[in-house]
Amino acid sequence: MESLQPESAVGEAQRVMNICNACRYCEGVCAVFPAMSLHRAFSDHQMHYLANLCHNCTACYHSCQYAPPHPFAVNVPAALTELRTETYEAYAWPGFLGRLFRRNGLFVSLATALALSMVLALASVLVDPGVMFAEHSGPGSFYAVISHGVMVAVAGSTFGFSLLALSMGVRRFWRETGAFALARPMFSAFRGALKDMATLQYLGGGHKEGCSPRDEGRSNQRRYFHQAAMWGFLLCFASTCVAAFYDYALGRVAPYPFFSLPVLLGSIGGIGLLAGPAGLFWLKLRSDKIAMPLRHYGMDYAFLALLFVISLTGFLLLMLRETAAMGLTLAVHLGFVLALFLTLPYSKFVHAVYRFAALLRFNAEKPEKSRPATVA
Amino acid sequence: MIGGGNAGLCAAIEARERGAAVVILEHADRSMRGGNTRHTRNLRAMHADPAHTLEGSYTGEEYWQDLLSVTEGHTDEALARLMIRHSGELPGWLYEKGVRFQPALTGTLNLARTNAFFLGGGKALLNAQYRTAEALGVRVCYDSEVKRLNISRGRFSSAVFLNQGNKYEITARSVVVACGGFQANESWMREVWGEAADNFIVRGTSYNRGAVLKDLIGKGAETTGDPTQCHAIAVDARAPKYDGGIVTRLDCVVFGIVVNRFGQRFYDEGEDSWPKRYAIWGRLIARQPDQIAYAIMDSKVLDRFMPSLFPPMTADTIEQLASDLGIESGALTRTVDQFNASVSTGSYNPEILDDCSTQDLEPPKSHWALPVDTPPFYAYPLRPGITFTYLGVKVDEQARVLFQGGKSSPNVFAAGEIMAGNILGKGYCAGTGMTIGAVFGRLAGQHAASAGER
Ligand SMILES: Cc1cc2nc3c(=O)[nH]c(=O)nc-3n(C[C@H](O)[C@H](O)[C@H](O)COP(=O)(O)OP(=O)(O)OC[C@H]3O[C@@H](n4cnc5c(N)ncnc54)[C@H](O)[C@@H]3O)c2cc1C
Ligand code: HEM
Ligand code: SF4
Ligand code: SF4
Repeated sequence: MESLQPESAVGEAQRVMNICNACRYCEGVCAVFPAMSLHRAFSDHQMHYLANLCHNCTACYHSCQYAPPHPFAVNVPAALTELRTETYEAYAWPGFLGRLFRRNGLFVSLATALALSMVLALASVLVDPGVMFAEHSGPGSFYAVISHGVMVAVAGSTFGFSLLALSMGVRRFWRETGAFALARPMFSAFRGALKDMATLQYLGGGHKEGCSPRDEGRSNQRRYFHQAAMWGFLLCFASTCVAAFYDYALGRVAPYPFFSLPVLLGSIGGIGLLAGPAGLFWLKLRSDKIAMPLRHYGMDYAFLALLFVISLTGFLLLMLRETAAMGLTLAVHLGFVLALFLTLPYSKFVHAVYRFAALLRFNAEKPEKSRPATVA
Repeated sequence: MIGGGNAGLCAAIEARERGAAVVILEHADRSMRGGNTRHTRNLRAMHADPAHTLEGSYTGEEYWQDLLSVTEGHTDEALARLMIRHSGELPGWLYEKGVRFQPALTGTLNLARTNAFFLGGGKALLNAQYRTAEALGVRVCYDSEVKRLNISRGRFSSAVFLNQGNKYEITARSVVVACGGFQANESWMREVWGEAADNFIVRGTSYNRGAVLKDLIGKGAETTGDPTQCHAIAVDARAPKYDGGIVTRLDCVVFGIVVNRFGQRFYDEGEDSWPKRYAIWGRLIARQPDQIAYAIMDSKVLDRFMPSLFPPMTADTIEQLASDLGIESGALTRTVDQFNASVSTGSYNPEILDDCSTQDLEPPKSHWALPVDTPPFYAYPLRPGITFTYLGVKVDEQARVLFQGGKSSPNVFAAGEIMAGNILGKGYCAGTGMTIGAVFGRLAGQHAASAGER
C-alpha cells in the first residue's frame, strides 16, 4: 500500500479529503462533505475554503472507519484545524503580522498585559489620584476619570484599524478561494449563511443532537455555550453602538441608568459572555485531544479568557460605579476592551469572519444533494 | 454474544431488554470493534409509505422478487420472507436505539427508495448501538477471541476465549454466534481457492477468521452455502490486504476496457448496469492469471465515476501505458486497436443501457462502448476484493442453529454473516447483509433470553 504522510498542513488536508471524497459516508454530517463532493481534486485554495467551513465538531472523526489506528489515519477535524490556523496566518493583513498566529496564546496574553498596563499607566500619569479614587456620580462621571476625547480617539482608531485589517483579510480570502459558479443569488446565499451562523447548525452533527467534544456521544453543550458567547458578544457590541448613538445623536452622556437600553443589552450580553466562554473553557479541558489537537488551544484559551474578563470587569464596573473603586475598575475594563480591539484581527476572533465567508460561499454554491452511481 | 458487529449488538440489546445478563466477547479492541459493520453504509428495508429516510414505497413482494433474482433461487424462502417482513421495523427500532439516518437523497442508483443510509456510516451506527447496549448494562469484553465452544449434541455449555494471551472459559445458558465469515483466515481461504487466495484483498475486517464457524461445523452444525461462494468485487490492486473498506472499490469498469496481464480482454464490460454487474468482477478477476487485471480508459471518461483513493496510472500512449503496467505493449495495442475498430457509433448515455456497442468482437462490449483514443490514457490495476464469504450454519425461524438431522439447538443461535448463506446462497442485493444481521440478531437475542430462563 502506498502510504504517504505529507509534511505540510495543506498536503495532509488534501490527502485526507481525497480519501473522504472516495468514501463520502459523512455526506449528511455537515457542510464540508457536500462542498467537497463538487470536486475531484483539491487545490490549496479550495482546501483553505473547506478548512474554514469545518466547524470542528468532530462528528466525522468519531464515525470514521479510517480514523487512527487505521493505517489511513483519517482525522478530518485535526487536519482541517491545522490548516485553518495556517490560513489565519496566510490571509492576515498586513501580511507580516500573520506570524502572530504562530504562538497566538502567548501573543494575545502579552498584548492584553500591555494594553492593560498602558491604560493604567496613562491613567496614573494623566489623571489626578484625587480624581481617580474619588466617588463620582451622575452623567459624565466616567469621563472625569478618562476623558471622553481620549476614550473615543483610542477606541476608534484601534477598532477602525482592526476592522480594516479584518476586511482586507476576508477580501483576499474571498478572492482567492472564491472562484465558483453562483447557483443562487447572493441575497439568498446571505440569508442562508446568516441562518447557519445564528443556529450554528453544523455543530449539530447532522442529526441536530450535537457532538460531544469528549467522545462519540451527543451533546449540544458546545453549541449552546458558543451561542451564549457569540450572542453575548453581539449584544455587548450592540450596547456600545446604542450608547454611541445616545451620546452623539441624543446628547445623553454615560453612565446610563440600570434600565436603559445600553445597560440592559450590555448586561444580558455580559451574562452570555461570562457563561459562554466559561462553558467552552470547561469543555475544552475535557475534550478529545486527538480529534482536537492540543497545540491550537492556546489561541482558544486566550480569546476565551479575554472575553470572560471583559464581561467580568464590566459587571464590576456596573456594581462599583458609584464608589471610589470606579476609576480603577473603569481603567481595567477599558484596558481589556482595548486589548480585544487591538488583537481582533490577530486572534481567534478572525474565525468569525472567515467562517462566515465560507458559509456564504457554501450557500451561494449550493452543492446538489445527489449521489453518483457507486456500489457497496 | 460472540462478535460485536451489527448482528451481535442487535442480539445483545434485545436479550438485555428481556432481562438476560449479557456479555459480548469481541475479538478486536475498542478502536477496531465491529467487524465488517464498520464499513457499511445502509440497509435494505421494505416500507409501504415514504419515510424520512426512504422514498416512495418498496413492498415485501418487490423485495422478495429482487432477492429471488439475484440469488437465482438459492435462498430459503421461509427465512427470506421472515426477514423481509421484519425489515420494515428496522429503521424505527434502530432509531430508538440511537442510530440516525440520512434524509432520503435523490441518487442515480435509486437506492433512496430501497435502502436507508446511516448518518455517518456503519461506525456511527456501531457507536450508537454500543452506547445503548452499555447503558442497558451489557458487558463488552474487547481483545477476546473465542477459540472454541463446548457443545454436546447441540447443547452449548461454555466458550473458551483468549484475552491478552490468557485462556478463559465462560459459561452461559445460551450463546449467540455473530462473528462473521472466514474471509480473513488465510489458510482456510487457501484450502478453498488454492494459491490464488494470496492475491485476494479482504475489503473488511481482519478479525473475521471463522474459528467459531469451523468449530460449529466440526461439532455437527448443518451448513449452508458453498465455501467458494463469496461476495467479491473489483478493488484497486494497491489497496491494503485488509480493512481498505469502501474507498478501494473502483467504478470505472464500464467506462473503458478491462484486460488481463497478457493485455487481453476477458469479459463484456458493458453487459448490464454497473450496480447489477459490479459483484461479478471480483470472481472474474480471480480467474485471471495472477488474479490481476487492468482497467484501461482515455481522458474522455475520467471524470464520469466516483473519485478513486489512488490516482490512476497515466501515459500519453498505449505503448507507454502497457510498459508501465508490465504488459507486453504489442498485445495491449492490438487489443485496443481491435476494440476501437469494432466500436459502432451510437448515442452514448451512461444513465441507460445505450446503443454504443462493439460489432463482431469477442467478448463484446454491449453498451457504453467508446473508442479508447483520446490521450492521455489511464489505467487502474484491479484485484478481487472479498466482502464476505457465504458458507454458514443453517438456522431456523428463531435463529437457532440446526444440528445433524435438522434438529434445532436449544441454546445455540446464529445471526449475521455467519448465517447469511441461508438467505443469500448466491449473488447479492445491496443492503441485505445489514438487514440479515439486524433481523436475525434481534430474533436470536429474544429467543436466547428466553432459552436462558429456567
Ligand atoms: C466495505 C464493505 C461495505 C459494506 N457495505 C454494506 C452495506 O452498505 N450494507 C449492507 O447491508 N452490508 C454491507 N456490507 C456487508 C456487511 O458488512 C455485513 O453483512 C454485516 O456487517 C455483517 O454483520 P455481522 O455482525 O454479522 O458481522 P461483523 O460486522 O463482521 O461482526 C463480526 C464481529 O465478530 C468479531 N469476531 C470475529 N471472530 C471472532 C471470534 N472468534 N471471537 C470473538 N469475536 C469475533 C469481529 O471482530 C467483529 O466485530 C459491507 C461489507 C464491506 C466489507
Ligand atoms: C462574533 C462573535 C463570536 C465570538 C465571540 C465567538 C467565540 C468563539 C470562541 C471563544 C470559540 C472557541 C471555543 C472553543 O473552545 O472551541 C469559538 C469557536 C467556534 N466558533 Fe465562534 N465566535 C463568534 C462568531 C462565530 C461565527 C459567526 C461562527 C460561525 C459562522 C462561529 C463558529 C464557531 C465554531 C464552529 C467554533 C468551534 C470551532 C473551533 O474550535 O474553531 N463563531 N467561537
Ligand atoms: S471522515 Fe472517514 S467516514 Fe467520513 S467521509 Fe471521510 S473517510 Fe469517510
Ligand atoms: S469536524 Fe465536523 S464540521 Fe468539521 S468536517 Fe468533520 S463533521 Fe464536518
